[in-house]
Amino acid sequence: MMSWRKYTIKFALTFCVLGGLFACSSNDSEILEPEEVYTPTPKPLDVPPILERLLPPPSVPVDNPQTVEGIALGKKLFFDPILSGDGTQSCASCHKPDNGFTDNNRFSTGIDGIEGTRNSMPIFNLAWNRDNKFFWDGRATSLEIQALEPVTNPVEMHNSWENAISSLQNHPQYPTLYQEAFGTKTITKELTAKAIAQFERTLISANSPFDKYLLGEGTLTEQELRGFQIFMDESRGDCFHCHGNDNSPLWTDNKFHNNGLDAIITDKGLGNVTGDPNHDGLFKSPSLRNLAYTAPYMHDGRFETLDEVINHYSEGLVYSRTIDPLMKAVSRGGVQLSPSEKADLKAFLLSLSDPSFIANPDFQNIN
Amino acid sequence: MKQITILFIFIFTIVGCSNNDEPETEIVGCTDPTALNYNPAANTDDGSCTYEKNITISFTQNWDGNEISAADLNTTEFVNEAGNLLTIARLRYLISRIALKKDDGSTINFEEYNLVDLSNNDSRTLTLSTPVTTGEYTGISFIYGFSEEDNISGEYRDLNDADWNWPTMLGGGYHFLQLDGTFNDSNGNIQPYNFHNGTARVSDGIFEQNFIAFDFDVDFTISDNATIEINMNISEWFKNPLTWDLNDRSTDLMMNYDAQKDMQRNGKSVFSIGEILQ
Repeated sequence: MMSWRKYTIKFALTFCVLGGLFACSSNDSEILEPEEVYTPTPKPLDVPPILERLLPPPSVPVDNPQTVEGIALGKKLFFDPILSGDGTQSCASCHKPDNGFTDNNRFSTGIDGIEGTRNSMPIFNLAWNRDNKFFWDGRATSLEIQALEPVTNPVEMHNSWENAISSLQNHPQYPTLYQEAFGTKTITKELTAKAIAQFERTLISANSPFDKYLLGEGTLTEQELRGFQIFMDESRGDCFHCHGNDNSPLWTDNKFHNNGLDAIITDKGLGNVTGDPNHDGLFKSPSLRNLAYTAPYMHDGRFETLDEVINHYSEGLVYSRTIDPLMKAVSRGGVQLSPSEKADLKAFLLSLSDPSFIANPDFQNIN
Repeated sequence: MKQITILFIFIFTIVGCSNNDEPETEIVGCTDPTALNYNPAANTDDGSCTYEKNITISFTQNWDGNEISAADLNTTEFVNEAGNLLTIARLRYLISRIALKKDDGSTINFEEYNLVDLSNNDSRTLTLSTPVTTGEYTGISFIYGFSEEDNISGEYRDLNDADWNWPTMLGGGYHFLQLDGTFNDSNGNIQPYNFHNGTARVSDGIFEQNFIAFDFDVDFTISDNATIEINMNISEWFKNPLTWDLNDRSTDLMMNYDAQKDMQRNGKSVFSIGEILQ
């Protein structure tokens, strides 16, 4: 099969060269671009051992395979303010590598100085988001569709795609980079989103102290281990029903829950997307990886510290009609952890943060 | 080529005709070349032809006969045997080791396990990868949850991905059932319940398996691709033999040995075989 293809290509090339020789005098420029023959270099995702061992392979759409050139283009786009209306903001303005690809603001501010209404989401391990529901409310059904939205959102990059594409098309490098990534110099928003999604899928984090402990390559403190027991204990932390466990290493179920934040729901979350009132106030469970870098917390960034988050589940739960039954201690305000249990749980949670992820040179700005 | 073949057959037929005066010996068997047991020598079909067909399992849920679908989640109110008025927010359960028994005494075992999630329609049908042969069958068996030897922590990647694991401190492996919702307690207040079932913890480090093996005698014929319905009557979890009052036991049940074993006891009347369609 491969050798057939090789011969076909060889033959095509020979033909091109011969054709070129004959046509030389009349038409130079057209024949020098063998567009049909070019394919970018495949670059499958590098799966860390703990994810390899416990999870299905990463899911990458068949119409957007990972390639060296596509990832490189996506990375350049991710860090380039060219996509915003006034050339001042890039994806990385609100999704900073140092913050696990979120930022440290409660709400991020767009190019016009207007704040959004939800906390910027961290970006990692997205190729394991098998339900393909992105944003806090799940409204984007693929990473490619997700990547389209911030560019035109009036409180974010506030651009039009027409304008963004025109800027890219007139740029000295981008048309060549699109040619290398996708075999065409004609830039579209779809190709732009595909490249960004390819880069985002490479943002994989699974090298925390807890991962090393699971792999037998590191140890945890007594306090971290006690914290893990609280996490896994249905009558104490009971965190594992939504946030993974030692055999489910994404540390999220990627599902939507009302976790008892408010008596009156003002942001309907998933309910706005599905139109089902039973989904009002439901938001996606975030991963507990990299919490050391991703404060503030919750869909609206209301908690500045992990202590506040733990206090919420311990004694701050509030009833509303759509509260998840897993928030079972709501009538007592929460699971009532002791101060030492809270400290242990916090120590465990921080053992899920991965310094090598935020320091990874492949993920830093090179523009 | 086709024409030559036809011509050849034609000539052969003419020649064969004239030479064949005496009656041919009758050889009975399956004369259909597409059948599994095609007998090229046979000239009289005896109805014995067998074929490979695919089996799909359809997982359905009801409350004492009233079918329950995703649309009932969070909305429909049910009354259990103890009189608790309840709603269902989430129902997921695991079925494994499905097998069909043939009338010749043999058993066809299927490797698949299935995590049914009431909110996800795709999870409610399972097409088995091993085809079966047409013929007479006498039984259907399966396991609710995982058998002790199958219930290995971390072993099943799709179930890990679904966050379906059962804590190591409670014996590990996987959940068998998650039934969550709300009920009106004896004071009329809305309270949550988490009816989760898996391995039972006797004491520190001592665990007791908790799966249920179902073995139904059902006579049926497979003549075509078939869909077999496995039905869960949810009300039975709260009814038979033990009347389960959610006022007494509603949450923190995973580490409660008696609750886990009572669930297993009540679970024995929960499943039945429904329609077999083809």
